[in-house]
Amino acid sequence: MNPIVQNLLIVFGVLFGALTMAAGLIWIERRMLGLWQDRYGPNRVGPFGIFQVIADMIKIFFKEDWIPPFADRTIFTVAPAIVVATVLLGFAIVPVAPNVFVVDFNIGILFFLATSSIGVYSLVLGGWSSNNKYSLLGALRGTAQMISYEVFMGLSLMGVVMMTGSFSLHSIVEAQQGMWFVVPQIVGFVIFIIAALAETHRLPFDIPEAESELIAGYHSEYSGMKFGMFFVGEYLGITLISALTVTLFLGGWLGPSFLPPFAWFSLKTLVVILFIVLLRAALPRPRYDQLLSYGWKVLLPLSLLNILVTGAVILATG
Amino acid sequence: MLSIIRSIYLVFLRMFRPRFTVQYPEEKIKLPARWRGRIVLTRDPDGGERCVGCYLCAVACPVDCIALQATEDEHGRRYPEFFRINFSRCIFCGLCEEACPTYAIQLTPDFEMSEYDRQNMVYEKEELLINGEGKYKGYNFYNVSGLKTGEKDKGEADNENPPIDVRDLMP
Repeated sequence: MNPIVQNLLIVFGVLFGALTMAAGLIWIERRMLGLWQDRYGPNRVGPFGIFQVIADMIKIFFKEDWIPPFADRTIFTVAPAIVVATVLLGFAIVPVAPNVFVVDFNIGILFFLATSSIGVYSLVLGGWSSNNKYSLLGALRGTAQMISYEVFMGLSLMGVVMMTGSFSLHSIVEAQQGMWFVVPQIVGFVIFIIAALAETHRLPFDIPEAESELIAGYHSEYSGMKFGMFFVGEYLGITLISALTVTLFLGGWLGPSFLPPFAWFSLKTLVVILFIVLLRAALPRPRYDQLLSYGWKVLLPLSLLNILVTGAVILATG
Repeated sequence: MLSIIRSIYLVFLRMFRPRFTVQYPEEKIKLPARWRGRIVLTRDPDGGERCVGCYLCAVACPVDCIALQATEDEHGRRYPEFFRINFSRCIFCGLCEEACPTYAIQLTPDFEMSEYDRQNMVYEKEELLINGEGKYKGYNFYNVSGLKTGEKDKGEADNENPPIDVRDLMP
């Protein structure tokens, strides 16, 4: 096959897969939350309620798209697009199967960290341009949370990088042939999950949008498809961090050969996504200062210690 | 830390529990016999209307949703010419049932009375009157109260019991 056509197919395949997953997550999350809370969730529209996704999308497209007169129009409009764009950029480096990936950067992890940092802008700009006190408070909280948790997210991955000797996600997966990195890097794994949850400001760390305190935080003033973009961005973010957790710690596409590599990757990603939904069902939201002090006082020393020990072990075993 | 893991585990275990939700239109919950739902007008065992048009229900109704007009038939018995309940006002408190001296008006275990048109919430006598005795089987008001007509005094007809002495405490 023509390599350009093949590349295009992969690019659009990944794009389509990511967006489908993000849309499907709306339904999956509601059903799973229902399951864990002894109720059903949406089960009326279509088989098992799966067409609820379509119903939700139709609804959100036809909602009034309201820009408040006191908002900064341009930035208000651009902000929701940033979050989706940055997360989609992040998908470029995820290797789905041995020969199915968009790009194989030798700085893959750094690229992911960079794109997720740009994602903060959507939150800050959205909250600021809304010209609303609650939005601004949410944006401030989000900025503090995301900037501090980015530090440990990067540091928690350094153990994996040291064991592989490369930033490229492709070689990281291949280095897990013998043993998944979740075993030697269990500390890094836990810190990465926590930091990634905070990074996507996902429950239980949804402090920037905390409904009970800040109405909806930075997207209080948004409606219609602009609000939908924030939503899609959040679900894309969950998919991305699940895919990265699988790639970095759970062996990516590796697995017994009765299933193709792609299926193993999807299966593991789905399991991680369901685990994240379970966290939402189980855990309450911590206080804002608790989250930050927990990050700086517990997670930062722990991740530094993890790097130290990993380095010492690598040095000792050669 | 351990408590967090424990709560995650416990929430995960909820997966294997039965769900509380009743899938309503397909499954229906069993309503208790004394459920206060749709109001009906009942008949006595002989098939005659129990309602004597005394207006006590309309007076007792706290939201004034009952309207009726009493009239008399050729034997001098009172019955409602029309009987109208506006269910968009009714709060199903059951005071009309308690006020009724003849057990005519009764609340039933039925709540499925939604309508698309608000006018349809107003029930006329044809919709309210049922061909049954409701909760009080075998009760005939005229048998125990008696009725004085032009031809006879209270309790003197063939199938009539003498009227209850209301000053006596014995049943």
